[in-house]
Formats: sequence, structure tokens, C-alpha cells
Amino acid sequence: MKNASLIMIIAPLLLLGLFAFPLWNIMLGAPQYPEPLGMNIHITGIKGVSEFDLQNIDGLNHYIGMKTIPKPGEMWEFNVFPKVIIGMVVLGVLIGLLGFFEKVSYKLFLGWFVLMSVLGVLGMYDFNEWLTDYGSNLDPHAIIKVTNLDGTPMTYKPPLFGNQEMLNFDVTSLPSIGAYMMFLGMTLTLVASYLGWKNGQDAEKQ
Amino acid sequence: MKKHIYLVMGLFGFAALFTGCGNGNQGKGSSGALNSSNAEKVYVAPGEHDEFYAFMSGGYSGNLTVYGLPSGRMFKEIPVFSQFPTSGYGYSEETKPMLNTSHGFVPWDDSHHPDISQTNGELDGRWIFINGNNTPRIARISLTTFETEEIIEVPNSAGNHSSSFVTENSEYVVAGTRFSVPIPQRDMPIKEYKGNFQGALSFISVDPEHGHMDIKFQIIMPGFNYDLSHPGRGKSHGWFFFTTYNTEEASTLQEVNSSQNDKDFIAAINWKKVEEYVNNGGGTKMAANYAHNVYDESTHTATSTMKKEVLTVNPIDIPGAVFFLPTPKSPHGCDVDPTGQYIIGNGKLSADLTIHSFDNMIAAIEGKKFDGEAYGIPILKFEDVLAGTVKSGGLGPLHTEFDAEGNAYTTFFISSEVVKWKLGTWEVIDRKPTYYSVGHLMIPGGNSRKPFGKYVVALNKITKDRYLPVGPEMEHSAQIYDISGEKMELLYDFPTHGEPHYAAGIPAELLAPKSTKFYKLSDNKHPYATLGAADSKVVRDGKDVHIYMSTIRSHFTPDNIEGVKVGDKVYFHVTNQEQDFDVPHGFAVIGANTSELLVMPGQTKTIIWEPKKVGVWPFYCTDFCSALHQEMQGYIRVSPANSNIDLSWSLGE
Repeated sequence: MKNASLIMIIAPLLLLGLFAFPLWNIMLGAPQYPEPLGMNIHITGIKGVSEFDLQNIDGLNHYIGMKTIPKPGEMWEFNVFPKVIIGMVVLGVLIGLLGFFEKVSYKLFLGWFVLMSVLGVLGMYDFNEWLTDYGSNLDPHAIIKVTNLDGTPMTYKPPLFGNQEMLNFDVTSLPSIGAYMMFLGMTLTLVASYLGWKNGQDAEKQ
Repeated sequence: MKKHIYLVMGLFGFAALFTGCGNGNQGKGSSGALNSSNAEKVYVAPGEHDEFYAFMSGGYSGNLTVYGLPSGRMFKEIPVFSQFPTSGYGYSEETKPMLNTSHGFVPWDDSHHPDISQTNGELDGRWIFINGNNTPRIARISLTTFETEEIIEVPNSAGNHSSSFVTENSEYVVAGTRFSVPIPQRDMPIKEYKGNFQGALSFISVDPEHGHMDIKFQIIMPGFNYDLSHPGRGKSHGWFFFTTYNTEEASTLQEVNSSQNDKDFIAAINWKKVEEYVNNGGGTKMAANYAHNVYDESTHTATSTMKKEVLTVNPIDIPGAVFFLPTPKSPHGCDVDPTGQYIIGNGKLSADLTIHSFDNMIAAIEGKKFDGEAYGIPILKFEDVLAGTVKSGGLGPLHTEFDAEGNAYTTFFISSEVVKWKLGTWEVIDRKPTYYSVGHLMIPGGNSRKPFGKYVVALNKITKDRYLPVGPEMEHSAQIYDISGEKMELLYDFPTHGEPHYAAGIPAELLAPKSTKFYKLSDNKHPYATLGAADSKVVRDGKDVHIYMSTIRSHFTPDNIEGVKVGDKVYFHVTNQEQDFDVPHGFAVIGANTSELLVMPGQTKTIIWEPKKVGVWPFYCTDFCSALHQEMQGYIRVSPANSNIDLSWSLGE
């Protein structure tokens, strides 16, 4: 149980990577943009990959009537997400410590993982909602209005995951370093849970 | 006499033709496997980049053009000494001061010899310098923005030809006079030239951090013509060498009268000695009047300052600073090999090249083996300094460049060819015809301690039938040769703009990564900048109306302006708000007596418009900036001079 607990103490700390690295990355390439424009989505706000990328994305998006990319103060998520992550890190480390001193069982390790997964799914759902709103809630006075074959207005929701062509742009949306660190941390808590469980099994056998 | 010369030239021309045909099948009409492999050597696939930048002087265009090698594709014309309506250079209020001189606004020059800044004798890719030959000036061009940043006028000079070559650590950019003139200028009979006219060799210091130029001293030399020059390097660092002609000091029919002496001189200047002399208070301050024009990247504006004094040095006051090396037949090019040991005098009326040895020169100086003097300047014995002679078999040698393998390449104007020869043994290795009558040639880094070799470009003076005919006037012709093997191979033929004299080449990897993509708007310190559309405004100051205008895809702010009257002087200060690579906006207004403006992202430019007619006049963006470029337009209403309509401006109302 000692090893399992040590892993459980360390694993949540990997979530702190979200404060240093982006959670998600969206790149937009086009014939005119051989060096693609890009945005990095951090839990604290959206940043351009290069210094003026956000300004240039907004500049292009105004043609099709998209809203400007939100500043950190304009979305509650950028206020709440960091607090949730800090809370989960503290909780995880605390559970690990208690496990180390044999105060709690591996089941709480698993409990942390499940809670984090639920929060993660909620976060992804919320992110997708924003992408949908960003891509389809368009200014009716937009300069360029494109319709689909069936006559409905074209929307510009970037993909949540993967690649999609939108007008002249080729958009790729993938998790970034912060997310990979979070996935690794979560996986390690599963490992800790397993080791804790196995430890209990072995103890029973003896 | 003249007829005789032509006959000789004709004979040599025939000789060159025969050797040219015998030596290879790169001439016109050849075909087959060789040519297809040559095609691959110059082919740069779409989207790929060239291996070298080549900066070609624009000659009588006054500018500098940027090419890629080996493709021969032109990327840019950099305006330097000439007004350039394409961008508004020399027309915009910000850049007009760049062309100010002691003769007033001079909107043209004859640009000759570009040279890239060096550190430890190697190209460092910070700046490129070029001389204006007609109204003596030296320009410094940034190799990050590829724009002219500074121009300094050279007083006491006339025909600024033996310029603008840099010393091994860019301590100085050197400018020598081609014409000797009365110094200071005065009213006197022309025929009293001899003994009265003088030639100024100017050493212009280059600030190591900002590149700012300042004339440190001028050496006032005898009244010869100082034709070309090059710095010593390596062991000869600290010396500078100038070819001379007209040591006869003729003032008329120089074609004949300057060609009488069997030998003219190469002037060897120990500039470190002169520098030490002036640093210790030597030299004479002379009243002068010359312009120093500096472009400030943060204000996007040039200022012109008149300087009133120059420090002159009489060479005979500094023993051991200046010597003359006798060199046959009115030498033109003066080239120094990468080791600094050999100084090549290209005797343009000769078939041979004269190579002096730096070591021999120092030994002769130390042994005080002089062969008389000219105006107090010691003349060394020809035989004492001579290292060797290249018996070329060509005629009219002009210029020599070097590769890294100890070979030299010399152009022959009259026999129209490039000759490759070996330093030290002086044997001719190869010769290839050029089309036609080559002047300068260029090997990337070929005028430094570290030549990059690979290609030589021949810059020809005569084009004739090389391209589709376009009437009597046409561009010049250049050829690129592969010099990676023992024999040179003609690869490709391409036109060049203006009349390229010298050129300078540098590996792309030294410049491309640091090329500026756009100017940061937040760094824009232009006094009339509009740093956001909200700051747009129109301000009247008497008859002057200042329009603070911003541009972004795809509209002007403001785009409706009223309250301007006939007789007003309207300043359009246009600031491009874009912060993206290659999104310029243009500005043009009907009836402007200037050019358009082409404004780069983050930049502010100004033109003056003086409306003469009542009406509502359009202005528009001249650079196709977006799908809605055609909509990027506006109106300015011009009312009668006595009307009392208030100024107003708007966008989207």
C-alpha cells in the first residue's frame, strides 16, 4: 500500500502542468497561411501560438460574423477551472497521504479518479458547447454568408478532436501538453488503485 | 590611332570567339544531356528556396535588387538613391529627407558596388553598403528589414566610384573619388588641373552596434582618378588598396591622354596608421557641407542633418602611411585574395593581370627600396612588389573574385569571358565565354576571407540578342556558372534590372531566419501614427489638414471626410493596423502630385495632397489586401476656399 500511496501522492501533482502548458491546441492552416495560425487553450485563458495569432483569427472571423475570441474575464470557465484543478490536486495528494498512513483504502484512490473523470467529461462538454456557440452564433450582418447545400447557414464550429476543413481553412484540434500530463496523472491514480487493490488481495492470501 | 585600337579589339574578339566555341558546348544552340543536368542545377522547385541571396547594384536605376541563386529569380528592388513610386520612397514625407544632399533634393543616383558587412573578414549579414556614384553618397541598408536606413554624402568627392568597400570588421566603409577636383571647390581654369586638383579617399566609420556612419577622415591624395578599391584582409588587414588611372593628370580627352603612361599605380594605404594619427589629434579640420540622412525604424521617419566639417589628412604628413605600387595599363579592378597576400591589378588595356605580393610590399617598404616619389608619396619598384603575372590570353581584364580553393576568376570585357586561374602558379585553368562583354562578376563571399564558392555570376554590359527583343532599350544580362568542378559550366542566363555593376552574395541561411515579417504597431513612435481605429481624427492647423487614418482589412477609418477646402494642404497619415505577415495596404487619392503609399503592417506613411478642384474625390487601397479589397475606398469632399463647412469625419454612419 506504501507504493500505491506514493504514486497516489505524486499523480495528482501532474495536473499542475495545466498551469504551465495548454490543455488544447487548435491550428488553422490555409493556402494564404503556410505557417498556420493557432490558439492554445489554457485553463486560465486562450492564447495565440504566435504573438498576433488571436488578433489575426479575429480579423478573419469578422468576415463570417463570428464573435471575437473571449478574453479570460469574459468566460467563467477561466475563473473556475483553475480552482477545480487546485482543489483536485489538494484532494488527491491528501488521499495519497492518508493512504500512506493507512487511514484510507485504495477505494478512495479510485473515487478520486472517477470524480476527476466526471469533471473532465463535464469540462469537455462545456468546451464543446462553447465551440458550438462560437462557430454557429453568427452576426446576421456578416460580410460573407455561406449556406450549405440544403440552404441552411454554414456554421464554423471547430472540431473538438481531429481535423476538419472549413472554407479555405484546414482546422486541427488536439489535446496539448497540459492535457497529456493530466491524462498521465489520472492513469497513474488508476495504477495506484490497482496496486492498492492487489496489495489488499495479497494481504488476504497471506 | 582610334581605328588601330578597334582593329586590335576586333582581332581579339575573333580569337575569343574561336576559343569559346572550342572549349565547350554551352553556347547558344547546344542541347542534350549536359543541358538537362544544368537545368536541374538551377531549378528551384515551386515553394522551395534558393541557396543564396544575390544583391545586384542597380546601376543607373539608383537602387539595389535582390535575387536568388541559382534560380536567378528577382525578389525585391530596394529603393536606395532613387525615388520609388512603388512604395512611396522619396515621395512620402517620411522618406523625402533620405534623398537630401548639399545640392538639395537629388532623386536619382548611379549605384555601383554593394558590399556586405564583415566580422573577422567573414560576411556577417548585418548590413549592405552601396555607393551613389554621381552625387557622392554611401548608403547603408538593413539586412533584417531590407530597407535603406542611412545615407551619408561624401564631400570633396566627385564620381564616388572606388566605393563602398568595408574593412575586415566593418570598422570603415571606404569611399574613393573617381574624379579629382579642386579641394575645396573653387572657380579656376580646367586646364590648370595638373598639380592643383586632388582626390579624396574617405574612411567612414561604422558604429558596431547601430551601423551609423560618420566620416572619420579623408586622405587628400594627388589628382589621379581612384578607380576601384578593396581592403586588405588577414595578414594585410589594416591596409586598403586603390587602383588609379590618369596619373597623367589630363583634364581632357582622357580616353587617349589618360592612357599614355605604361604604368599607373595601386595606392596602398595603411589606414591603421592614419587612424592612429588622427586619434592623436592629427589632420586638419576643413569647412564642408554634406548631408547625413538617418531613417529611424521606430518613428518610420528619416531626418536629414547637414554636417559642416570634415577632417582631412595630407598623406605626406604621415610617413609610412601611403605608397604607390606601379601597375601596368590603367588598372581597373583592385582585388585582394582571401588570405590577404595577393593584390590583383586588372590592367584594363592589357592582356595580362598583375599580381602584387603583400609580403614583398612590406619587405620593399622596410628596405626603403623606392623608385622615386609622386607628390611626396614613395613609389615602390614594380619588380620588388610583383608576385606574378597571369598570361591570360584574354583582353581587357576588369575584376577578379575568388573561391575557397585558391582559384581566382577574372572577367575580360573585350574578349567577353571569365578566366579561371590558380593563385601562386598563375596558370590559366579554364575560360568560358560570357554574353556579352562582362563587367563585374560575383562569387558569394568572393570578396572576403571565406568565399562560399559554388557559383560565379557574370554581370554583362551588353545584352543584344540574349532574350526576346523589346526595342532598343533592354535590361542587362547575367550568366551563372557552376564552379564546383575543375571546369566552369554555364548553367543559366537571366536579365538583371538597371545596370548591375558589382554584386554581393551570401548564403540564405545567414539572412532568411532574421528577416522582419512586419513592424509591431506597439513599437510605432511616429508622431502622426493612429494606433487604433478609435484614434482616427482630422485636425486643422491653418491651411494644413492632418488626417490620422487607419487601415485594416478592408476599410479606411475614416472613409468619409468633409470640411476640406481648395487651397488646403492635406496630410494623409496612414497607419496600417494589421499585425500579420504580408498584409500591406496601399493608399492613393485622385490627382495627388506624388506617388501612392504602400504601408506595411504596423507602419505609418504620409503623403501630401493639395486639392485644386471643388468636388467629392475618391481614395482607395492600391494593394489587393482581401476579398473585399475593391470595397476599400472612401471619399473626401472639397469645398470652395471661402466655404464654412466644419471638418467632419466618419466611418459606417
